[in-house]
Amino acid sequence: MTTLAPAPPGTGGHPRRSRGAPAPAVRSLLRGLPTVPAVVLLAVFLAGPIAYCVYYAFTDMQLTGAAGTHFVGVDNFTRAFKDTDFLNAMWLTLLFVVGSAVIGQNTLGLALAVLMQKATQPVRALVNGVVIAAWVLPEVVAGYLMYAFFYDQGSLNSLLDAVHLPDQNWLYTMPILAVCLANVWRGTAFSLMVFTAAINDVPQELVEAAEMDGAGPWQRLWRVVLPVIRPSILTNLMLITLQTLSVFGLIYTMTRGGPGNKSETLPIFMYQQAFQNSLIGYGTAIALVLLVVGALFSVVYIRLLKLEDD
Amino acid sequence: MRSRIVTAAAFTAATALAATGCGSGSSGSSAKSIKVVYWQNLDSTNKLQANFLASMVKEFTKANPGTKVTLVPVTASENDYYTKLQLMMRSPATAPDLVYEDTALINSDIAGGYLKPLDTYTAKWADWSQYAKAAKGAVTGASDGKTYAVPDDTDTRGIWYNKQLLQKAGIAVPWQPKTWADVIAAAKKIKAKLPGVTPLNLYTGQAGGEASSMQGFEMLLYGTPAGDKSLYDASQKKWVVGSQGFKDALDFVHTLYSQGLGPAKEQALGANFGTAVGTELIPEGKLAIDIDGSWMPNNWSSAAAKPWTEWQSVMGTAAMPTQNGQAPGSTSMSGGWAWSIPAKAKNPDLAWKFLSTTLQTKTNAAKWNATNANIAVRTDVASDPTYLNSVPTNKFFTELVADTHYRPGLPEYNQVSTAIQKAMESVTTGQASVDKAASTFDNDVKAAVGDDKTAEGTS
Repeated sequence: MTTLAPAPPGTGGHPRRSRGAPAPAVRSLLRGLPTVPAVVLLAVFLAGPIAYCVYYAFTDMQLTGAAGTHFVGVDNFTRAFKDTDFLNAMWLTLLFVVGSAVIGQNTLGLALAVLMQKATQPVRALVNGVVIAAWVLPEVVAGYLMYAFFYDQGSLNSLLDAVHLPDQNWLYTMPILAVCLANVWRGTAFSLMVFTAAINDVPQELVEAAEMDGAGPWQRLWRVVLPVIRPSILTNLMLITLQTLSVFGLIYTMTRGGPGNKSETLPIFMYQQAFQNSLIGYGTAIALVLLVVGALFSVVYIRLLKLEDD
Repeated sequence: MRSRIVTAAAFTAATALAATGCGSGSSGSSAKSIKVVYWQNLDSTNKLQANFLASMVKEFTKANPGTKVTLVPVTASENDYYTKLQLMMRSPATAPDLVYEDTALINSDIAGGYLKPLDTYTAKWADWSQYAKAAKGAVTGASDGKTYAVPDDTDTRGIWYNKQLLQKAGIAVPWQPKTWADVIAAAKKIKAKLPGVTPLNLYTGQAGGEASSMQGFEMLLYGTPAGDKSLYDASQKKWVVGSQGFKDALDFVHTLYSQGLGPAKEQALGANFGTAVGTELIPEGKLAIDIDGSWMPNNWSSAAAKPWTEWQSVMGTAAMPTQNGQAPGSTSMSGGWAWSIPAKAKNPDLAWKFLSTTLQTKTNAAKWNATNANIAVRTDVASDPTYLNSVPTNKFFTELVADTHYRPGLPEYNQVSTAIQKAMESVTTGQASVDKAASTFDNDVKAAVGDDKTAEGTS
């Protein structure tokens, strides 16, 4: 981060080389010096643990029950892909990410951002407040609130009762839908903020020109605004995808992955293997798979962004 | 600007180093202090153990001036408590000096190299001869025969029933079912006569953790004709798969939940259902029959979460029958908790001193068994009137010890237990048929312990 700081004018930041100043190579080395503590800290506290994790994924390390740890090659990975619970978790994770992030948060965030352009100030403040409140809450608190909302005798069913609609046992009959909705509720604020900023940056002349050419509101959105903010959409998609992939607290508080394994996404499955079955090696292997899934999504988005730039 | 950033970076580095340095410094505690870890269950109003331990610390520090005993309660569900404990014991920087754990975990923690053998201490401790043989067996290493813990209680399990509700449903009390069919028949009667009352609770599913495996499934499984060999065959050293007994026990669970004889599924599968049973459903008369442990009165004592003195006249107890009433007629499961010294403890000698001269003297052991309504493991305490009279049901549950079973104290048990919970949950929810769930269990066990360590059950 320190290297990004702009050099204030007149303090040697200009590329003018005075007599007796060090050679460029040495000088850039000297300039890099302040970053050394940060690099060391990152290496020790970030790269170190990650390297360890990668190593553990290829061992049979256990939390308890075995004193020794042996290198087992790719056994953990072959075991995972033969494990029906793992495949189930993989499928639910994709469902959760596509349903709650790519479709839910992204679309709802965009829709709110567009609608709020024309809204009056009080309405805007109110909507912003409500949406952002969900974002500000700690994940576990949000999870608990959603549990209270969805569970058998929760507020949603009370509402349904009040209007004489049949009760639904959300957390029991369709837990994955319930956690998806909860994640949409919790995460939409982020998309809303990204899109509001992006739409505000759309040059007003462009929109006005389109209006002059007779484009209706729908066409203006579809043909002018959306193409201009496309990079923001892709960046937003990438960020919320990565964030949703690692959602743990929300699901754990609401359903613990159950009933059965009907809402057991990869992070929950990983936790259960590592800490309830004490299989640290297997758990870390699943964490690596999760990392790869995230990387794949990112690659797709980055390629789309690149195409945009070309 | 730049110099400020440098300063900031240097400061960050310095504080980070200071913090880590500080961490290792303070963990190297003086020879006069120990750290004692125990489980504070999620029901935070239950302070029985916290209060008892606090009084023990007071007694110990008074007798040994200058020493310091730090109590570290871990507030978590039971499974999470063990995880936390194991993570603490793993590293010398965080290892406590004395830990409290279920005897079922002792063997996997021995295999993990977390515990210190205590033979040199117990050899010089006169009180050790007072401990029951079975209890000593539960804290002995399966591989090396050494002692790794001092047990402080045991427990048995049976049937609790609400006499008033049973009478209303037309069932004569005292009630003692002879077979599983009798239990189901009674539940059906209650369902027919008393709407709004849950007829029968048997813990199930993954959220219940060991309560599902032990109070729930194994109370059935060990009552099948295979008895002690229904889960693990000690003579062959093999885990049993594919047995009819296992399917029968699963079928019982399935009957219970599919016919609406048990609690609502979503309620039974909730994480804190055990607490609800003891503090709400039973005292409020909403549950007629509960297959549960000897410690239930803990919930109702005057110091507990839900003081309920009427329980002594309202609640009855019965032994859990075997499947078809075959000998010995009844079955029970036992476990119990014990104190261990981690291998990486910094101050094992002082921890032992606290354990042997304060926590586990005859007087204090009796006090603890009476306070916590559990079954004594010391013969001198078992005959102590303070203990015997402390809870009216102590005598009944102490007698169940005759036909009780201990879980296979092996490192793999934990994974087998999870597999049992999974199988139960899938038949409870109806996600899988009994046969499907049983075969999933077989595969899970084979994956966990290895094919060569399993054997097909004969009955």
